[in-house]
Amino acid sequence: MPISDENRKLYLNQAHALLDALESGSMDDAGTVLDDLTRLRETGLFQELGKLTRELHDTLRNFQVDARLSELTSSEIPDAKERLNHVITMTEQAANRTLSIVEQTFPRTEQLEKRAGELKAQWDRFRNRDMKVEEFRGLSKEIDEFLAWTADNATHIHHGMTEVMMAQDFQDLTGQIIRRVIKLVQEVEDGLVGLIRITGRTVKKEEEPTGQRDIVAEGPQVPKVGDTTKVVSGQDEVDDLLSSLGF
Amino acid sequence: MKILVVDDFSTMRRIIKNLLRDLGFTNTQEADDGASALPMLKQTQFDFLITDWNMPGMQGIDLLKAVRADPELAKLPVLMVTAEAKRDQIVEAAQAGVNGYIVKPFTAATLKEKIDKVFERIEAGG
Repeated sequence: MPISDENRKLYLNQAHALLDALESGSMDDAGTVLDDLTRLRETGLFQELGKLTRELHDTLRNFQVDARLSELTSSEIPDAKERLNHVITMTEQAANRTLSIVEQTFPRTEQLEKRAGELKAQWDRFRNRDMKVEEFRGLSKEIDEFLAWTADNATHIHHGMTEVMMAQDFQDLTGQIIRRVIKLVQEVEDGLVGLIRITGRTVKKEEEPTGQRDIVAEGPQVPKVGDTTKVVSGQDEVDDLLSSLGF
Repeated sequence: MKILVVDDFSTMRRIIKNLLRDLGFTNTQEADDGASALPMLKQTQFDFLITDWNMPGMQGIDLLKAVRADPELAKLPVLMVTAEAKRDQIVEAAQAGVNGYIVKPFTAATLKEKIDKVFERIEAGG
């Protein structure tokens, strides 16, 4: 423990007094001097302890008023959880959307295969001249129906494929959300490293949370996160807003 | 009709390219942010630009502003297809001179409708 010049003088004086007392054989005086020395030492300890307590208190208080930190803990980390939950929801929806279309499409392709197989067998008989005129009339009608039905099926399958393709937009949207969370994790990591570095020292108070920011990209909106009144709920509201601006 | 599609996610570029092909636009090229898109726009004649907003590097809004500031490109029709859904952002894009604004997730029908609208207005001379 470092001691001040003043304290050093006090210790020195007491030491001289102790020596004098012992040399002169006065044990009572020596005892008094030892008591004083002990008190002197305890006072120093208490002062040091007090100083440490105060520093700790200041550090904790500064920590609470560190604007960025409180912003992180009070809103951004809960937001990040909400964002990641939203990612789960979106990927689940995309998977279900895709699977539903695939399930709807399979019966169509199976039917197509089956019907084409049946007609092929009859067509082969016709080509081998193994078919009566009456029967051919029936086949001709069936082929006619099959072609119309095939065209209709192709349209359905095409729509289904477009739908499957659109469902893949989750990759972009969730990717943007996850990137934002990664940025937050990075910031928390940097904060923790900083915290370790400043332990015992006072934290510099940073500027207030940035309420007014320039317009920056934020990625997809997440339900229950942020001020939803500032956000459009869909393309209709975008169109309304733009038409109010003369578009 | 030559179209440049700008988005940092390749899946989204593929989706937009496929939708465009379905609509009959087969001549498309891709860029992954504004910084790579701008030289392409300056080098070759494009008729239409479809861009995302939020991209690392040069963002879509800055690409839009750069296009409008360049006398050679200023008249290029620009459609934004983005997840950015704040009113302030839409106003900002409108003020920067965007021709159409679509929020993700969007549908094939919305893309068709907005492209048609952009060209209708251009043909009408406004």
